[in-house]
Amino acid sequence: MCLAIPGRILEIEDAETEFRQGKVDFNGVRKQVNLAFLPDAKVGEYVLVHVGIALHKIDEAEAQRTFALLRELDELDEIS
Amino acid sequence: MKYLDEYRDAALVQSLSAAIRSAVTRPWTLMEVCGGQTHSILKSGLEAFLPPQVSLVHGPGCPVCVTPIELIDKAVALALRPEVIFTSFGDMLRVPGSAHSLFDAKCEGADVRIVYSPLDAVRLAQSNPDRQVIFFAVGFETTAPANAMAVFQASKLGLANFSVLVAHVLVPPAMAALLESPQSRVQGFLAPGHVCTVQGYEEYVPLAERYRVPIVVTGFEPVDILEGTLLCVRQLEEGRAEVENQYSRVVRREGNVAAQRMVREVFAVSPRTWRGIGEIPQSGLQLRDAYRGFDAEERFPLSIGAVREPEVCISGLVLQGIRKPQECPAFGTACTPERPLGAPMVSSEGACAAYYLYGRRNS
Amino acid sequence: MAGETVKNFALQCPVELPSDQRIVMAHGAGGRLTQRLIERVFLPAFANAPLEERHDGALIQPNGARLAFTTDSYVVKPLIFPGGNIGDLAVNGTVNDLAMCGARPLYLSCGFILEEGLPMATLETVVASMRAAALTAGVQIVTGDTKVVDRGKGDGIYINTSGVGVVEGPFTSPARVEPGDAILLSGDIASHGVAILSVRDGLEFEAPIVSDTRELWSLVDALFRAGIDVHCLRDCTRGGVSSALNEVAQARSLMHQIEESAIPVHDAVKGACELLGLDPLYVANEGRFVAWIPAAQAAEALRVLPEGAASIGVVLDKTDPLVVMRSRIGGSRVVDMLSGEQLPRIC
Repeated sequence: MCLAIPGRILEIEDAETEFRQGKVDFNGVRKQVNLAFLPDAKVGEYVLVHVGIALHKIDEAEAQRTFALLRELDELDEIS
Repeated sequence: MKYLDEYRDAALVQSLSAAIRSAVTRPWTLMEVCGGQTHSILKSGLEAFLPPQVSLVHGPGCPVCVTPIELIDKAVALALRPEVIFTSFGDMLRVPGSAHSLFDAKCEGADVRIVYSPLDAVRLAQSNPDRQVIFFAVGFETTAPANAMAVFQASKLGLANFSVLVAHVLVPPAMAALLESPQSRVQGFLAPGHVCTVQGYEEYVPLAERYRVPIVVTGFEPVDILEGTLLCVRQLEEGRAEVENQYSRVVRREGNVAAQRMVREVFAVSPRTWRGIGEIPQSGLQLRDAYRGFDAEERFPLSIGAVREPEVCISGLVLQGIRKPQECPAFGTACTPERPLGAPMVSSEGACAAYYLYGRRNS
Repeated sequence: MAGETVKNFALQCPVELPSDQRIVMAHGAGGRLTQRLIERVFLPAFANAPLEERHDGALIQPNGARLAFTTDSYVVKPLIFPGGNIGDLAVNGTVNDLAMCGARPLYLSCGFILEEGLPMATLETVVASMRAAALTAGVQIVTGDTKVVDRGKGDGIYINTSGVGVVEGPFTSPARVEPGDAILLSGDIASHGVAILSVRDGLEFEAPIVSDTRELWSLVDALFRAGIDVHCLRDCTRGGVSSALNEVAQARSLMHQIEESAIPVHDAVKGACELLGLDPLYVANEGRFVAWIPAAQAAEALRVLPEGAASIGVVLDKTDPLVVMRSRIGGSRVVDMLSGEQLPRIC
């Protein structure tokens, strides 16, 4: 359920909290997205978007950490 | 695309596959709860990378599939009213009701429109003050903030011509109901990553403890799903039953608190009927009294006839992971995406449609 | 724009009405209901040999001439979209139907059905595009007709074009497809469908994506001139690449295997498809074709075709009428034909 995809914030409009929105880039496609639930989101950051609403920021450090673990797995695989 | 392509990497898939193979010593049955995960598994041919001991069964996490037939009938009846513009996500349009789908209603002249976002429906109401705009508010926890926001915005804007037909459901009560069923074969869960993006995963801890099942919050790309599977298999092999978070790049323990607050502002937890499964206590959302004015069922009193489900359809068992789609006598014959008998054949997230589109070769 | 964004998709009704007593949108969607309509209503009434072939165009041989003859009607909302308009489609579409028969397009007819109140400037824009497209394709529009319908009875402009071409080389047809044939794609896919979606009411997004509408005869001609023994050609319009592949796999009862990673898709098209939950294989194109050619000539054919063309797979020696795709991660799945238009998948 719930198709949600990552995009990068290009600009943020000033508006009342619930109407706060911005333009988000998805691989060259741009769409207005409601940013009300991410009050601290900034231009340049990646967010996860579902039906026109940004649900969460994407944590680059966590993504890196996962990949480090996976790479370890890969090395183990090569050794064994 | 950043944060997608890296998780579709063939080499990582291979090494995760090898890790699962070396971790597993006996048969395990896992359920991926979310239809988006089912879609991804079948689309990428992921089952080929699992050892024979690990079998994945597909869960009820498809809002299109579990919306009760009675609400589809109501949606059709509402859509056919001349003053109404009925708006919906695309997938709901093909779902068969007792006699008709929303597509049928459109063929009969109803003004049925697909929108990308519930907020588009609010804008539509703004620009069509002489029409009644109804949005079919279906979904799980992931979609609840968007639908709550739509109602909240409409309320702030004082829109008297916007309302919602609510069919919201919640994942943890459904998982508990599945585990309570004596037919259940599920030993571990891949929990729906996007639901947990909103809700966090605190509420899964009591489930893992009470039913002694590992629950791994899992993403949607092939690498995510295999990593979730690996974590789940490791727990099972080691006799652990904990909540783990594979999808840490977007899921926090506490979820998105601002989004939860909006959902609580607009909706209250209520009993819900799940198509194919039945009523599950406290498994859905309904509008709070302060927002009742936006409830399409209150605004347009409806009387619909008795609901009818096709007898041959086993979608309830499919949704509970008890049977696989191709075990249904109607699968691919009397029931196809063109003439669906049950809702799982409609949505591209529905297990039956996903099997029909991607999986028939092996059946 | 914001206030007026949400109107209507061109929805189709994929569900047959219980009675089958009247026309529904799906009868015109190119899927199974269209097939049934042809079989029940048109074929029995018009029965003749060229029609029974059921190609996009008919091959006719009056007085020893080898001609291809085709017709198509164009209805598109909006009339003008990024990268083209209904006029480009009306010329290129019919030219391409002829080219897919291996025929050099020569003459087109053109019938307009105009809605009362249509701005003259819109018609002029469309006609100018038709003129330019005809020049590019080397065809002449030699006859035509105009009708006007009451306001509200049409979507501005409907166009029908018919075309005649001459077949100079061998016929191309699914019957000539052989096991071992390379499957070539003439360029990146799904731009047309996504360009149209990007301006559809209720969905609008900004994207550097334009329709891929273009004539295809010059490419087919280049293949012939290079001495490529083209076995079969299909343009990938409604139903996308998957329909073109499935039609031939079924007609010839041969399994087709394609590679996901070999299929060219523009970055922004990819982004739009992720956003809406669409599969580019099912999205419409208006200037792309699939060619089946002997494997030994694949490299030469790719040299002749424009940059972006790719070899995407091979015809297997298996009498299973399926299209199977190896996914990016090395898994395998069936690529089925979709019924009706792909709807944005949101949840």
